[in-house]
Amino acid sequence: MIRLHNIHKTYVLDSGRQVQALKGIDLEIRDGEIFGVIGLSGAGKSTLIRIINMLERPTEGSVEVNGTELTSLNDAQLRAERRRIGMIFQQFNLLSSQTVSGNVAFPLLLERHADKSKVRERVLELLKLVGLEDKADVYPSELSGGQKQRVGIARALATDPKILLCDEATSALDPKTTASILRLLTSLRKKLGLTIVIITHQMEVIKECCDRVAVLDGGLISELGSTLEIFSTPKQDLTKRLVSAAVRRDVQDLLEHLKVHEKPEEGDALALELLFLGEKANDPVIVEVAERSRARISILGGAINHIQGQPLGNLVVELAGAPEVIENALKMLQEKVFRVTVLGYAAKGGQNHD
Amino acid sequence: MTDLLISMGLSPAASKITMLLAQGTADTLYMVLLATFISIILGVPLGVILLVTSKGYFWYSPRFYAVLGACVNALRSVPFIILMVAIIPFTKMLVGTSIGTTAAIVPLTVSTVPFLGRLVETSLKTVPYGLIEAAESMGTPPWKIISRVLLPEAMPELVQNFTLTLIVIIGASAMAGTIGGGGLGDIAIRYGYMRFQAGIMLATVVILIIMVQIAQLIGDTIARRVDHR
Repeated sequence: MIRLHNIHKTYVLDSGRQVQALKGIDLEIRDGEIFGVIGLSGAGKSTLIRIINMLERPTEGSVEVNGTELTSLNDAQLRAERRRIGMIFQQFNLLSSQTVSGNVAFPLLLERHADKSKVRERVLELLKLVGLEDKADVYPSELSGGQKQRVGIARALATDPKILLCDEATSALDPKTTASILRLLTSLRKKLGLTIVIITHQMEVIKECCDRVAVLDGGLISELGSTLEIFSTPKQDLTKRLVSAAVRRDVQDLLEHLKVHEKPEEGDALALELLFLGEKANDPVIVEVAERSRARISILGGAINHIQGQPLGNLVVELAGAPEVIENALKMLQEKVFRVTVLGYAAKGGQNHD
Repeated sequence: MTDLLISMGLSPAASKITMLLAQGTADTLYMVLLATFISIILGVPLGVILLVTSKGYFWYSPRFYAVLGACVNALRSVPFIILMVAIIPFTKMLVGTSIGTTAAIVPLTVSTVPFLGRLVETSLKTVPYGLIEAAESMGTPPWKIISRVLLPEAMPELVQNFTLTLIVIIGASAMAGTIGGGGLGDIAIRYGYMRFQAGIMLATVVILIIMVQIAQLIGDTIARRVDHR
């Protein structure tokens, strides 16, 4: 469990000017969850994650990790505590002077009476865990970005921490490699019972693997919720922007260009946006409603996004027919669909939209 | 030795000159290698201290850094030939004499340590800060960050700077010869300059050039070998 309470961080620049990076963060990260923090650059994400292992000391507030209040520890105690919190970085930060196994062994060899053969054994075990057992004796410069990050993960997990902090860990990687690193993190969480904190500016990363997400804006958490909640019902403008950048654009474009009016005219169709969530996204709802209500349903556009493997579907449809038929169909849809948003009336046939 | 050379067919005069140059080369090597060695022993810690007390590092101390930095700069701004004379009392106190190759090692070292210190500081600064941060995140104590991260990661630059130091000391050691330091510089002054024996002067120059070339070659080879970036 990670508990941040009222965290403030103020930097004093050389010019004497003060910059408030964090302005009162309260956050609770549960054991075993993958928690994402997203925000634009300069929002204070990097500072926030460094506060969790006290690479940055908060100006004010308390940091409780695994039941220990970190702000009251001395340097030696803090170093001991940090061995229970792993961290990986955007630039990997591997030692170029050491081989892969030398890098992974680094935290193990810090121990006073490290047994060399035991260390070697543990290193190979860790490399196997991240799928690099054949790279033990090469230097990092010979590895690809994804492989380097795997070494970073193996090194971070060497001391068997229960918490893993990921600071923009996939930002320097291409989409395919990013996906494979995220899959690795997800599987490690399960295998080792890790709590993972991910800092990122990529909504795709959140979408792929986070259970919950906090949106950081101007040093404050502007929105927090389960990933599905954030994606299906974003509340703040920034969140909406982030979400719409990460989901498929078709529906957004369609909505922007759809011409509707509020009052129905004779023969108008009713335009709706339907949001399907989870298992239900796969049910043949539209066909069922069309058959039973006898409304003519035309599909204008749609997209299905997968959030942590769960489908989240957006569909824009028009209902045509007699007013009571439309009303009936709307009622049936409202019962079966996660969320129905009435967009307005469109001239029949949909020829009015873009 | 001289007899041996004569028996090999060299004229007595040529044999004498060869012996002279051999002795000078040995003296120079003795001075240069020992002075370089001591400079590294003292200069690396100086450079490390300069770095870790500078802004952004873990023992940041603006006042200490400013004072130490000023001392380093002051020593560096004294020309070697003046420094050599100025610290004669110190040299006497340390080795009992101010004349000869051993005595020359003292001013050579004193002038080189601050020079190398700055070079080491600059080399260590090239180590990406992220590596220090990563080490800190693993609970690495500061002195282990120095010994296991900063120094090994900067090793290629450090080796280049050691080579540079050695070459600078070769140059300075020739200057030390002018005030009784011994070695090739001494020979060049006594024979080449004072007795107008241009041949001997030329020979010392050639030997010095060869020394510098060999030093650079060895330095480059080692630097390449320790570089895995």
